Amino acid sequence: MTSMERVLTTLSHKEPDRVPLFLLATMHGAKELGMSIKEYFSKGENVAEGQIRINLKYNTDCYYPFFYAPLETEAFGGEVIYTEDGPPNSGRPLITDIQKINSLTAPKVKDSEVLLKVLKSIQILKKHSKDKIPIIGVVMSPFSLPVLQLGFEKYLDIMHFRKDLFNHLMKVNQEFCIDWANAQIEAGATAITYFDPVSSSTIIPRKLYLETGFQIAVHTIAQIKGSTATHFASGNCLPIADLLPQTGTAVVAVSTEEDISKVKEAFKNKLTVLGNMNGIEMRRWTPEQTDKIVKDLIQKAAPGGGFILSDNHGEIPFQVSDEVLFAVSEAVHKYGTYPIIKS
Amino acid sequence: MDNLSLEINALERALLTMDQSQAESIVIGAMTKGTPIQIASELVSGTLQRIGDSWETGNLALSQVYMSGIICEEVIDKILPPSNPLRKNQPKMAIAVFEDYHLLGKRILYSTLRASGFELIDLGGGLSTDQLVEIVKNEKIKILLLSVLMLPSALRIKELKLNLLDTDVKIIVGGAPFRFDTELWKEVGADGMGKDSSDAIEIVTKLMEEKS
Repeated sequence: MTSMERVLTTLSHKEPDRVPLFLLATMHGAKELGMSIKEYFSKGENVAEGQIRINLKYNTDCYYPFFYAPLETEAFGGEVIYTEDGPPNSGRPLITDIQKINSLTAPKVKDSEVLLKVLKSIQILKKHSKDKIPIIGVVMSPFSLPVLQLGFEKYLDIMHFRKDLFNHLMKVNQEFCIDWANAQIEAGATAITYFDPVSSSTIIPRKLYLETGFQIAVHTIAQIKGSTATHFASGNCLPIADLLPQTGTAVVAVSTEEDISKVKEAFKNKLTVLGNMNGIEMRRWTPEQTDKIVKDLIQKAAPGGGFILSDNHGEIPFQVSDEVLFAVSEAVHKYGTYPIIKS
Repeated sequence: MDNLSLEINALERALLTMDQSQAESIVIGAMTKGTPIQIASELVSGTLQRIGDSWETGNLALSQVYMSGIICEEVIDKILPPSNPLRKNQPKMAIAVFEDYHLLGKRILYSTLRASGFELIDLGGGLSTDQLVEIVKNEKIKILLLSVLMLPSALRIKELKLNLLDTDVKIIVGGAPFRFDTELWKEVGADGMGKDSSDAIEIVTKLMEEKS
């Protein structure tokens, strides 16, 4: 099977030839190209080349041209801080006076230099993949973006006490998110990761999710012209497992803090599960530990299809060694061939 | 002091429904059973620790922990103002976000500790190693609470610790990298790690007793 066939088969809750591997190494491409992280993300061409090399080196099943979390806030005019050994991080919040939310407008994708870089990388990957390798685009959900726009405290305050500002912010962010997702689909992305950590049960209770993040996900995902994968970026989701299929998403990316067997059972034949290796701990894994952990995940979650092996955060730390990434890949190929043999 | 279990249950209910006036009534009503500092450290702190524990076990969400801390901080400020000599402000304690601007974890811990009767200095966010070394030495900080979101920042605490070896400051760390890798705090040379605000209250209480 090609990677595309493998992934599509598992998405239809059938068993492909082996478990697909989404090795979401966003920064390791810089190492491959001998560049600093800042230089690497300065051009779409670099990220495309980095993803091609990662795919070949570790025999993975997707291209993941995700740049960094504060990309969208950068498009809104926010600050991004680069470091030599980690993902570019958001600076001070873009909006310091919450009243300014009323005058906030969404940036146009075609006018944003940073977004155009991402589209460039997707276009190159599309040409290169010849539709054999899925290209996974990324958006920050309208509901989670305000953490970077306002800071978490102010956002929780308006979510609870200033519904007028909250509703306006959601309207602006939703318009932007849909345009941004569809621009990536148009550029060649096969599917879109809908990062929505604020909706996770780690951050807000189910009742509040039903009133807010759930409604926004339903309306946003319906207008994205491609499949979506909802990613909670290490947050828990079992308390809202019954609601997630109703959002229209096809995949759910789950936390390492949730039992993969329970997760698989909760989403069986409804959503494909993506996860859930502990990215932070992975930095200290030995190849032997890696082998054991991957084997265990596969044996618990892979039978019947509907499972893609990945880390639980959607961004493997720069400090994770090539040795461990090779061990992940080798273990997937060793234990992930269907039918899964339990031992 | 009388048992406060009924008040703790009632205060927890009030906080989780975000009923600030009810929370205030419960705390004021309990004042007949103890001094303001006892009410802060036993009723309020006890309730916030229970809420923190429920987040740790996945039964409550972070937004509920945050709102509970904010409400309690306001209520306690009324009966125990920041300048009140009964507040536990010695040895000198400060809290900061190391290297980035994700401030929620710090805010939750700051509120929880203040609502529990402690007084501490809020150094804000985005602080570098050099800035923290200077502040700790100049202000003679004895307990430094550091909140971190990003793994590279967590790893750089090792360098911070080395630069503070000539002081007697204790560094207590918390934040996502330490939650997901429970050995990391030892690797970077921290003196303790709190997985949540409940843990942090226990650690700070113990350190305060040791150092005072």
